[in-house]
Amino acid sequence: MRAPVEPVPAARGLDADSRRWLERLGDAGPEREAAIGELHELLLRAASSEVSRRCAMFPQFRGGDQQDIAQQSADDALVAIMGKLDDFRGESRFTTWAYKFALYEAAANVRKRAWQGRELPLDAEAWPDVADAGPAPHREAETNQLLAAIREEIQSSLSTHQREVLVAIALNEVPIDVLAERLNTTRGALYKALHDARRSLRAALLERGLSIEQHQAEEGG
Amino acid sequence: MNEQSAQDRLLGRLLGPAGPELSCERCFEELDRYVELELAGADADAAIPGMRGHLDGCSACAEDHESLRALLMEQSGSSP
Repeated sequence: MRAPVEPVPAARGLDADSRRWLERLGDAGPEREAAIGELHELLLRAASSEVSRRCAMFPQFRGGDQQDIAQQSADDALVAIMGKLDDFRGESRFTTWAYKFALYEAAANVRKRAWQGRELPLDAEAWPDVADAGPAPHREAETNQLLAAIREEIQSSLSTHQREVLVAIALNEVPIDVLAERLNTTRGALYKALHDARRSLRAALLERGLSIEQHQAEEGG
Repeated sequence: MNEQSAQDRLLGRLLGPAGPELSCERCFEELDRYVELELAGADADAAIPGMRGHLDGCSACAEDHESLRALLMEQSGSSP
């Protein structure tokens, strides 16, 4: 039986628990230190659980590695939270708001550790062999026609940066925060480039008279 | 339910969602509210337009969404 999580509408103001967290964290005395310690414990539990779950996919990670990543993620999340306390708008519980920082850091740190020392595949020549017997033949032919057109448009319709980002993230499945770290930029900036590249590809396909929406609608039906 | 082929998954990654979508920054800002609304059974997509599109287009943000949702469900004693 699912116990619903009641949202905390901003119009209703902060819930009592969230208000208490903010009061204690804004305190000048020992209460603040105690609250920071409790918050770090919460973040560490969330980060440890997340790291453990994600590391199951990476057998190269040992228990000690996982503890290091969880600790680092909780530390990073705590710093981020303390720097953004004024941004908390009370539209969710304070703990929900705080957890997302720990999970974000844990996921990003696991992905970065998993790709540490690996060369990033940025080359469109690494076009994967996607042949499989799943779809009906006519649909498979349509999909392959679209993919062939996209492969050409990647070369002719995108800027060098857009091409590099699209190929790495969408074609070669390099995690976006791994690529951001290597290119010394942010996840948001890379996603903007990816978004712009996708828009350009969609426009180019439409110019060729290829209907993407209809194709994807058929997929759902 | 239709099993997506490898080609269709690749097509989805290359072309992304068709509709409007939030940025990664806005997605992170709204993620806690979105997940609480979802778990409360409210219409989270109507409350935060563009969120679903972004989660469809950004695998990293989609993973963050799944993780926060799973954590809150675990804490409330729900099964995923």
